[in-house]
Amino acid sequence: MTRQSGPAPEGSARPDRHRAVQRQAWSVGLATGAYGVSFGALSVASGLDVWQTVALSALMFTGGSQFAFVGVIGAGGSGLAAIATATLLGIRNGLYGLQVSEFLGVRRAQRAIAAHLTIDESTAVAISQDHDHPRRIGFWHTGVAVYIFWNLFTFVGAVVGNALGDPRRWGLDGAAAAAFVALLWPRLRSRDAGATAALAVLVTVLVVPRAPAGIPVLVAALAALVVGLWPRRTARSEVAP
Amino acid sequence: MTLWMAVLAACALAFVTKWLGHLVPAAWLSGTRTRRVTSLLPVALLASLVVVQTLGGPAGTLVIDARVAAVVVAVVALLLRAPFILVVALGAVVAAGLRALGWS
Repeated sequence: MTRQSGPAPEGSARPDRHRAVQRQAWSVGLATGAYGVSFGALSVASGLDVWQTVALSALMFTGGSQFAFVGVIGAGGSGLAAIATATLLGIRNGLYGLQVSEFLGVRRAQRAIAAHLTIDESTAVAISQDHDHPRRIGFWHTGVAVYIFWNLFTFVGAVVGNALGDPRRWGLDGAAAAAFVALLWPRLRSRDAGATAALAVLVTVLVVPRAPAGIPVLVAALAALVVGLWPRRTARSEVAP
Repeated sequence: MTLWMAVLAACALAFVTKWLGHLVPAAWLSGTRTRRVTSLLPVALLASLVVVQTLGGPAGTLVIDARVAAVVVAVVALLLRAPFILVVALGAVVAAGLRALGWS
């Protein structure tokens, strides 16, 4: 899977730096893959079987959307609501694709594989490098490493979760809530993000008693539109909808 | 729609979304407003999912139970820079522990 490319013209201590990028990629892959255990366990607790769970990790391969999909199903939402929520959350991967395709330089089958591996982690490791060659190393090694460990640990989590029985007794519903908090946390850096989250929370609380399961999350997506399109007068204005 | 159909349809859409990103010219999505909305979209969806997973009860009710304590502990753990897997494990331990002690 690694693409041993030919001559790369930049820098002199390159082999060392490339090995450092590879180490970073595989440690990110292992750390990220390990929480596939929690996805696998939560997925079977939400009512999916082991093979549906395994299929999500192998074919969807984007953690946030996978957690959202099983979260909506687990809350009693319809298949359509689960599909819509997972797809909306996956839109960011399309934006990552725009960024990484500029330095990957791949075509056809390779491009399809690159697309499948385009997720938070592979993009983050890639764009934190300073040249195209280490960026490509970072992207492919991280993507492959996360793919291997994420799928491996998903299977372990699904089998273990299946054997546990009543998920509430083991606190798996608490684990699911904690997982979404942990997925949200690193995105709350800006004031816009904080305002969006607050508005989404308010909308959800208001809509939950009035709509079928799965719909409140989709309505709350409007918070991103409201905050994102809110007119700003100056860069430092106190605009908070 | 069976659950399998929903799983496969969602997987197909996830791939197409990623693939389109590799195909379309970057200029298509270069507007600052478009960018702002798309970067805030995951925040809105995840914040809403936190509420649903923490307070969602049967048939459109909102209930306060052991999951709220799990979320409070998760936030404290995140403030202390705990890794994802530990945050999730703490959520399970807190919810399971409170239930074992008899609090729903």
